[in-house]
Amino acid sequence: MIKNLEDTLQTIQSIPLEHYIWFSTALFIVGVIGVLTRRNAIIILMSVELMLNAVNLLLAAFSVHHGDPSGQVFVFFIMAVAAAEVAVGLAIIVMIYRNTGSVDIDIMNKLKW
Amino acid sequence: MIEKSWLIPLLPFLGFLINGLGRSRISKKTAAVIGSASVLCSFILSVLVFFELQGSAETGVTVKLFEWIRAGSLQIPFSFYVDPLTCVWLLVITGIGFLIHVYSAGYMHADQGFGKFFSYLNLFVFFMLILVMGAGYAIMFIGWEGVGLCSYLLIGFWYKNDAYNDAAKKAFIMNRIGDLGFLLGIFLLIATFGSTDFTEIFPQAAGFQSGDGRLLAITLCLFIGAVGKSAQLPLYTWLPDAMAGPTPVSALIHAATMVTAGVYMVARSNILYALSPVAMTVVAITGLATAIFAALIALTQNDIKKVLAYSTVSQLGYMFLALGVGAFTGAVFHVMTHAFFKALLFLGAGSVIHALHDQQDMRRMGGLKKAMPVTFLTMLLATLAISGIPPFSGFFSKDEILAHAFSRDPLLWVLGFAGALLTAFYMFRMLFLTFWGDFRGTAKEKQGIHESPASMTVPLILLAVLSVVGGFLGIPEVFARQAHLLGGFLAPVFAASQEVLPAMHVPHSTEWILMGISVLGVLVSIGMAWSLYVKKKRVPAEDTVQRSGLVAWSYHKFYVDELYQALIVRPLDALSGFFYRVMDKRFIDGIVNGVGSTILAFSSTLRLLQTGRIGSYLFYMVAGIILIFLLNYLIF
Repeated sequence: MIKNLEDTLQTIQSIPLEHYIWFSTALFIVGVIGVLTRRNAIIILMSVELMLNAVNLLLAAFSVHHGDPSGQVFVFFIMAVAAAEVAVGLAIIVMIYRNTGSVDIDIMNKLKW
Repeated sequence: MIEKSWLIPLLPFLGFLINGLGRSRISKKTAAVIGSASVLCSFILSVLVFFELQGSAETGVTVKLFEWIRAGSLQIPFSFYVDPLTCVWLLVITGIGFLIHVYSAGYMHADQGFGKFFSYLNLFVFFMLILVMGAGYAIMFIGWEGVGLCSYLLIGFWYKNDAYNDAAKKAFIMNRIGDLGFLLGIFLLIATFGSTDFTEIFPQAAGFQSGDGRLLAITLCLFIGAVGKSAQLPLYTWLPDAMAGPTPVSALIHAATMVTAGVYMVARSNILYALSPVAMTVVAITGLATAIFAALIALTQNDIKKVLAYSTVSQLGYMFLALGVGAFTGAVFHVMTHAFFKALLFLGAGSVIHALHDQQDMRRMGGLKKAMPVTFLTMLLATLAISGIPPFSGFFSKDEILAHAFSRDPLLWVLGFAGALLTAFYMFRMLFLTFWGDFRGTAKEKQGIHESPASMTVPLILLAVLSVVGGFLGIPEVFARQAHLLGGFLAPVFAASQEVLPAMHVPHSTEWILMGISVLGVLVSIGMAWSLYVKKKRVPAEDTVQRSGLVAWSYHKFYVDELYQALIVRPLDALSGFFYRVMDKRFIDGIVNGVGSTILAFSSTLRLLQTGRIGSYLFYMVAGIILIFLLNYLIF
């Protein structure tokens, strides 16, 4: 069991840092494109989560790379905050849906000039 | 008692607060009682202070109240200084002030602003007391400005009349010119002596050389202040206009007390002036010129109050002549006697105006002798006093001034004597036109003529008594040795300057002759007035009649107002009009409005960016972040 854990750790550490960077960049860009192109508020919220998690991944990767656990501690913080943020965001979307019958963000353009 | 002398100004101030704050709730009677009683209490306290000061060996007592200004090495405590000079003014202000308060209760009884009037009067008395009690020029300046304010408020008391408001503004503005000089004088005093306190300045000043340039600058600046406040040439034109105020105000402020503040200030600074012969000459010449100039104008005025106003200007000129020739005691003496008879004349004129229902034109009066016996008799006494008939008070004070003027330069005496002749003429002209002959007003007015109520006649009688006997306080040496009570009382105040100045040296025989000439001249002058206005029953021509020669000049007040209008008011008006139209309207407004309209133009375009579409906001955000990264990468 312990040997397995060490193996896994070794396997993870054997993956070069660049892979993580490229992967999280890809995730982030997917999130950005999702935010910019989609009109469904829920999808946009999910895309924002995607961007957040790309950053989380990067934090965890650098933390292991430098052998400093504080980066991973930070990830937990971000997760907690993100959970709260999602709760608020979803609540807003629910309210919008109740009022307009839609979650299309282009309908919500009254607040201007 | 002297230690408690701060109560003297405090009481009228309390009266002002009560009457001022509660003027809608306090009845007229209560307001009059509060106003008069507060001044009466001050008068009683002043009398006590006077007796204590006379009994004590000290010449002056400083009553320190609290520290007021401390800046660097300069310290100005808020303190009062009580010495014989202050004492004389205290008695005059509170004594005559009280009588005039009582008189006002009768004179103003029908006025709507009764409570307001009394609160202003009390405030005036408060400031006037601060002026004469201040232990330094800075404290004096508080009172100086305060009385100016009260003068303004009371001249414009009937504020619904535009002309009265203009008169009030004129008084205020002309006083400000003088006040600027006074203020500069105070700054020079601080720069020279490092203090504004009399007790620190005067001993230091006594060590200066006669004719010192700094003292000259200080005294001239202070004198500009006196010229403004005491209505001397060339700043006198506000005083005749100030007659717009209610008559008791003219009596109290513009005859008896406030306008003598300049005399007080110069007399207080006697050592400074004594050491600046040039300033003394300026004071004497200004005073003499004013005395004659105003007397000439008074000859042809037809408004009873205007005659008295110019007479006041003229008499103030005599006081400054006295100061200028070093007769400080004479000046104070004349202030005192003048306060008695001029207040009486104004109050008497007020009584006449009251009886004729606000008729002030002497051409509409006449023959009031029978109908108003008390007013007539008291005014006759006052007129005799101001003309300088012995043994009335004006004779002694005027004689003292003229004798000193003679000892300085006989020419000064000749001119002063000429002024006295004019004074006698215009005063009796006023008296004859008002009380002799037949009534020239309408029949309706004639029916309404009545003697004034007791609250008005009793002050008249008291002032008449003072006008008659007031002169015995200063009997000159020629009549009796050591009989000049006022001179003896004031001697310590002027001791230092009398050492510097040359002593008066007029032989008694010469003084007798001078006195004889002046009395004779005055009698002749009165006789001329009698023959013109009583025997020939001449009445001044109507305003529409074209006058010629010197009469026209005198009637039109030598066109001084017109001159000021053309020389100062018009150019200033034109200049301010130019600045208003070009600088303000075009230039300043152009800049301000230009900034506004530019921002408006920008913002009306920029606000279109706020489309309300969330998608575009997100796009801007991402574009912005990318831009920041790019800039970060490019620059660093």
